Amino acid sequence: MKPETTHWNRQDFPEAARKELAAKPSQDAPFAHSQTRRNVRNATEIIQAKRNAVVAELPEWQDLRAAGAAIRAHTLEHLDHYLLEFEANCTRHGGHVHWAADAAEARKLVLEILAPHAPREILKIKTMTSEEIGLNACLEEHGMHPLETDLAELIIQMGRDRPSHFVVPALHKSRGQIRDLFAREMHRPELSDEPEALAAAARDYLRQKFLSTRVAISGANFLLADTGGVCIVESEGNGRMCLTLPDVLITIVGIEKVLPSFQDLEVFLQTLPRSATGERMNPYNSIWSGTPGNDGPREFHVILLDNGRSPILADDESRQTLRCIRCAACLNTCPVYHQTGGHAYDSVYAGPIGAILTPQLHSMQAAQSLPYASSLCGACYEVCPVAINIPEVLIHLRGKIVEQQQSTVAGSLSLWNIAMKSAAFLMQDGSRLHAAVHLAQAAQRPLVSRNGFIEWLPGMLNGWTKTRDLPALPAESFRDWWRRTRSANSSLQPSAEQPSEPRHD
Amino acid sequence: MLFATEIKRSTQPETPTGSLVRISLFIPCYNDALFPESGKAVVRVLERLGHAVEFRDAQTCCGQMHWNTGYLRETLPILRHFLRVFADAETIVAPSSSCVAMMRDHYRKAAQMDRDPALEREVEALLPRIFEFSEFLVRRLGVEDVGARFTHKVAYHPSCHSARSLHLDTIPLRLLHRVRGLDLVPLANAQECCGFGGTFAIKNADVSSAMLADKVRCVLNSGAEVLTAVDTSCLMHIFGSLHRQRTFVRTAHLAEILACSDDDAGQNSTLAPEQHDASSFGRMVR
Repeated sequence: MKPETTHWNRQDFPEAARKELAAKPSQDAPFAHSQTRRNVRNATEIIQAKRNAVVAELPEWQDLRAAGAAIRAHTLEHLDHYLLEFEANCTRHGGHVHWAADAAEARKLVLEILAPHAPREILKIKTMTSEEIGLNACLEEHGMHPLETDLAELIIQMGRDRPSHFVVPALHKSRGQIRDLFAREMHRPELSDEPEALAAAARDYLRQKFLSTRVAISGANFLLADTGGVCIVESEGNGRMCLTLPDVLITIVGIEKVLPSFQDLEVFLQTLPRSATGERMNPYNSIWSGTPGNDGPREFHVILLDNGRSPILADDESRQTLRCIRCAACLNTCPVYHQTGGHAYDSVYAGPIGAILTPQLHSMQAAQSLPYASSLCGACYEVCPVAINIPEVLIHLRGKIVEQQQSTVAGSLSLWNIAMKSAAFLMQDGSRLHAAVHLAQAAQRPLVSRNGFIEWLPGMLNGWTKTRDLPALPAESFRDWWRRTRSANSSLQPSAEQPSEPRHD
Repeated sequence: MLFATEIKRSTQPETPTGSLVRISLFIPCYNDALFPESGKAVVRVLERLGHAVEFRDAQTCCGQMHWNTGYLRETLPILRHFLRVFADAETIVAPSSSCVAMMRDHYRKAAQMDRDPALEREVEALLPRIFEFSEFLVRRLGVEDVGARFTHKVAYHPSCHSARSLHLDTIPLRLLHRVRGLDLVPLANAQECCGFGGTFAIKNADVSSAMLADKVRCVLNSGAEVLTAVDTSCLMHIFGSLHRQRTFVRTAHLAEILACSDDDAGQNSTLAPEQHDASSFGRMVR
């Protein structure tokens, strides 16, 4: 029961990032483009500034953040209970609840539900779970065309591109690029690149589809255990169209998305929009339960997707990963994401949350370079509205990866392992470290340039000196200076700096 | 924006103390070997304020590099060694926010990993005694004016651990504001990471370099002659690029600026203006 699709090409992050930074499209990085980097930077800066402004309006922000973290943590502790409660209440209102252990099972369920309706086209609201299970490709294989109705997802689908952000999937595109795409795909050569014109073109295109398509697939932001309700927040209203117009609605949602009660939305409908898009409230907040009367879809299915989540739930250290409400504030603030954009993560979930979620969804058997795709600067933790300590989880996952590596012969003989083990040996004893510093002072000589700096280093250290000089070790370390200038262990004569006998321990 | 907020010029120390403090220095491993001047500067500032300073020769490292790279088990003997060396130290001061953050954020968890209650107790006993240098001056001693003079344009880089882990907030700026002759200039996007991140700079050298390029652009645009911070590690990273690009912007640990005073007229200071010539440039400041 391993998810096979969350991690696409199985490219390591440093390699994929290098291609994105080089900004030349290649076979492995078909979307790399210097304009892409500019677009990512601009878009994240704008969203981040909006987010900071609306968060600063709330003096109780830290309380909301703590409440959000507590509610999500509590729910995860009692996930079995709340999922069963949701199932009972959703079923009572006429919904059908299905359980999918992995991606294959979820796809099979979707196909079974669709079979009697045999749709040619299917409406889709932006759903990360469907990306996670590779649903679009599966539907195409079975002769059905999924139509993304979220404007950004539509842009991605039309451009045969990949989302680079899970709230703003097309943030790496400029409006000029979108105009060219729409002009070609919608046969509208006269189209201008004004946002209003682009939105109007998308509306014309989609409106016909909303009125003629009978089946829709969605994700969900929250499941409400006490009412059996499903909640989606969005900005465009296209989601609302998908939720209300078709006859059949299938909602695919990760098992961690449940909340105990309707009242809990009080917290999350404040923190989610402010964190995600810098809005005080989302323009469209939809909550629906089952199939009441003649209003909305007559057939409603919920697929509860595990797909690697249960093992995360079992890990005390990293369970907090599943608190995530997918606001992507961590992406917008991440200095690594700012540089690389989302494609370098090569994963459905990019950015800091992707760096901890994706490898765990794969039981730490894939995407092992992602936990290292962070300088541990802590900006993600600071903005997270459910206080996921992402740096702490990153270190925990790095620990697991190192343990795995050390359990193999090749891993324990790797340069990294030997270097780190040796350093740990030196750092258990002052005199060992002292001797090593002296040795390094002598050994560095061939590498030191005339200006006193090291400008080239071999092997794995070469990455440093490609762009940075390294100061040479000075002839006298602090320890040696102290030994030379201070006779006793402590200095009780301030400002005295007379040479004295070195102290020997 | 860091400089937009009004900086409070005087505050009460959180733990006021009239008497002199006996201070045990923790000079982190890379400071010891690569940047002895920052350690010497700490000694000078603390002694100028009249405090007794000791350096325990057996000390090594806080274990941060191992922990952050995922070598969790290898961190434990380093942690145990640290606790042994400083077991009876009254007050420990370290000129590195990331080392202090390592202890405050991770030592408890590391001790729990070993399932040794005695070790956990030792960690609990250590944590209230360890201070980052600027935090010690302002929060523990209640001092903001350390009698320093430094007549240069200076920008302050709030390193990630100092800002987001230790929450030093305006502490280093308050100290800089009291330095005579110092012209503090704002740094754009100051809170964004410089891209160092320990082994990150090696494992993800390209991304790290791209982050550094942004930081260096902001430093150059600030017009500062000297960039300062409370972490030599970040400064080493930033200076690595400033030097590679043959700029004349230098970097100096906050303590090196605070150590420059009227009294010693630059005698003891590696940052003394009269020494600012090209020949000693490389050796002088990082």
